[in-house]
Amino acid sequence: MESNSLYGPLDPAPEAGYTDAPPRMGFFTDTSVCIGCKACEVACKTWNAVPDDGFDLLGHSYDNTGGLTANSWRHVAFIEQPRSSSGASTDTPGAFAGLPVGPSSVPATNVIAAQTSADTGTSPGILPAVDALSAAATAGSEFLGAAPSGGCGSGGCGSSSGGSSSGGGAQMLGMPMTDLPGRVNEAPRSDFRWLMMSNVCKHCTHAGCLDVCPTGALFRTEFGTVVVQDDICNGCGYCISGCPYGVIDRRDDDGRAWKCTLCYDRIGDGLMPACATACPTESIQFGELDELRERAARRVETLQAQGVAEARLYGNDPSDGVGGDGAFFLLLDEPEVYGLPPDPHVPTRDVVSMWKKAGLAALTMAATAVVAFAGRRK
Amino acid sequence: MVPKADFQSYYGRPIVRPPVWTHDIAIYLFTGGLAAGSALIAAGGQASKDPVLRVAGRGTALAALGASAFFLIKDLGRPDRFHHMLRVAKPTSPMSMGTWLLSFFGGAAGVAAAAEVAPFLPERGLLGVARKVLPPVGAAAGYGAAALAPGLATYTAVLFADTAVPSWNAAYPDLPFMFAGSALASGAGVGLIAAPGRPMRRMAVAGAAIELAAGHRVEHGHGLLSEPYRNGRPGKLLKAARVLTAVGAVGAVVGRRSRVVSALAGVSLLAGSVLTRFGVFEGGVESAKDPRYTVIPQREGLNKAGGRKVSGPSPS
Repeated sequence: MESNSLYGPLDPAPEAGYTDAPPRMGFFTDTSVCIGCKACEVACKTWNAVPDDGFDLLGHSYDNTGGLTANSWRHVAFIEQPRSSSGASTDTPGAFAGLPVGPSSVPATNVIAAQTSADTGTSPGILPAVDALSAAATAGSEFLGAAPSGGCGSGGCGSSSGGSSSGGGAQMLGMPMTDLPGRVNEAPRSDFRWLMMSNVCKHCTHAGCLDVCPTGALFRTEFGTVVVQDDICNGCGYCISGCPYGVIDRRDDDGRAWKCTLCYDRIGDGLMPACATACPTESIQFGELDELRERAARRVETLQAQGVAEARLYGNDPSDGVGGDGAFFLLLDEPEVYGLPPDPHVPTRDVVSMWKKAGLAALTMAATAVVAFAGRRK
Repeated sequence: MVPKADFQSYYGRPIVRPPVWTHDIAIYLFTGGLAAGSALIAAGGQASKDPVLRVAGRGTALAALGASAFFLIKDLGRPDRFHHMLRVAKPTSPMSMGTWLLSFFGGAAGVAAAAEVAPFLPERGLLGVARKVLPPVGAAAGYGAAALAPGLATYTAVLFADTAVPSWNAAYPDLPFMFAGSALASGAGVGLIAAPGRPMRRMAVAGAAIELAAGHRVEHGHGLLSEPYRNGRPGKLLKAARVLTAVGAVGAVVGRRSRVVSALAGVSLLAGSVLTRFGVFEGGVESAKDPRYTVIPQREGLNKAGGRKVSGPSPS
């Protein structure tokens, strides 16, 4: 067994035995430009003929898909935050410059917000709330958080009436409008931001599902992706527990495991995967993984230079617990907020020690039996 | 500053997917362990010239193995494709290794059990040949099954541990010992019912001790990830399993002069072994259902490592 074949940085296709493998392909999903349109979900279902997932209203957000399942290979997560619950300052100017941020225009909402969240008082330029409740009740008609470099977001500055910050949290817009966001003084306010992320199979360098598959139904393609052969899978369900991201799933009425194939049938013909093709904002970018990683690093730099301090990459690091993801993300909050594990590792990382422990236990068992029968019989 | 919520999640939804396996798999763990334990007592019976123990062991091993195969295949999404398991042999897949172990063990245990019919065969003709050949072949097969038995009993621990199910994965150093002890105890349980004697009492006590000691570490040695084994239904199951196993071990020793008490002790050990497997199974499922068991240990690991593996600066 070669080094790193279970854990650590690796180029998976040559490791799987391909000679002259094409470059490793993957997705870079930039959530900072995702608009939550779900075109990716629809395109994926259409191209891959994935059955419906039931028409449930989950009641927690605009997300009624819920998560990745056997019948949802792309999933758009909607996170509605009163403020960045990680403590990240969402009132960072930059990406949100010119957008109406600050307390809600509805005083009652501010009172509630003040009761449910407290100011950290640590963000530059935002004073800690002394009396959050009284401040909240009068706040609301101002736009805080315009860009510091004189970049008064259009329209917002003029109406500032100087109420102190009640929550320090910034707000994205609530409902759709006919005007550009922030262009109107009467812009409807809300006290939360939206995060949207199109989730997908990570096509891990060290794929837990592939490692534990007992039939060989799951295999590594020449593009370094991980695909289930539906004519081989016997529905044992092991891959489902082997995935540290909870991606792959068994289809109830059919008994087999299904997940994103990174459109193996399309990329083999030089086409883009359906979801990336359909994405209207290029939030989903498909390409050679090495190039995507460089592009993503530049994008994070740009965002952080613009003041979006919470922008970070997820799954891009080849030295992480799964050897890096073939599909990685730019996130605006902690991974767990999006339903992603913060620091996953492939379970087979420890499989050698596991077999050793089992071997030791087996020897103990055999020795116990021998000792039990040894000696004089009564 | 308001203390941060102890963890964050996406609307409380699970991160890793709870196993799709049903209780069939918990039963399979028990029957696999029982088959292994029985094969050991059968071999012991062979070696110590105890025909009752040998017959009981071989019979139970074959029956338990049949049940194992039944429940394993029943739990597949496509039972008609069971044989696809035999397309490959993959050391990274404990299920693949287990299938091969089960197949070879099944062959050996089947031959050993078949050898028991030899005395009932006619003395002449083809069956007469079988009558002569079967006992030595059966003896060899019996020892073969016993040699594979410890592997059969402990691979299931790797099967559970080699998953992203938080509480199974974390307990990987202790689960094989817990399952080995449980298999010994269940084998001894059969022995105590069929042919109680000193070897069975020793095996019962040793098996129970290993199971209880390893079980204690599973239930207490892994911090937050031991919690699912102590709370709720899994907690109750494992508590009952502990009591039954302990009572069985004590009963095996105390009741050595009584056939009835020995048999009851055997039943208690068997019941304890069943509940142990159900408790471990359900504990893992619970740990997968609640995102806290995925997020908090990973977060703590990141914090301990002095930073974040996801790139980018931490939020101010």
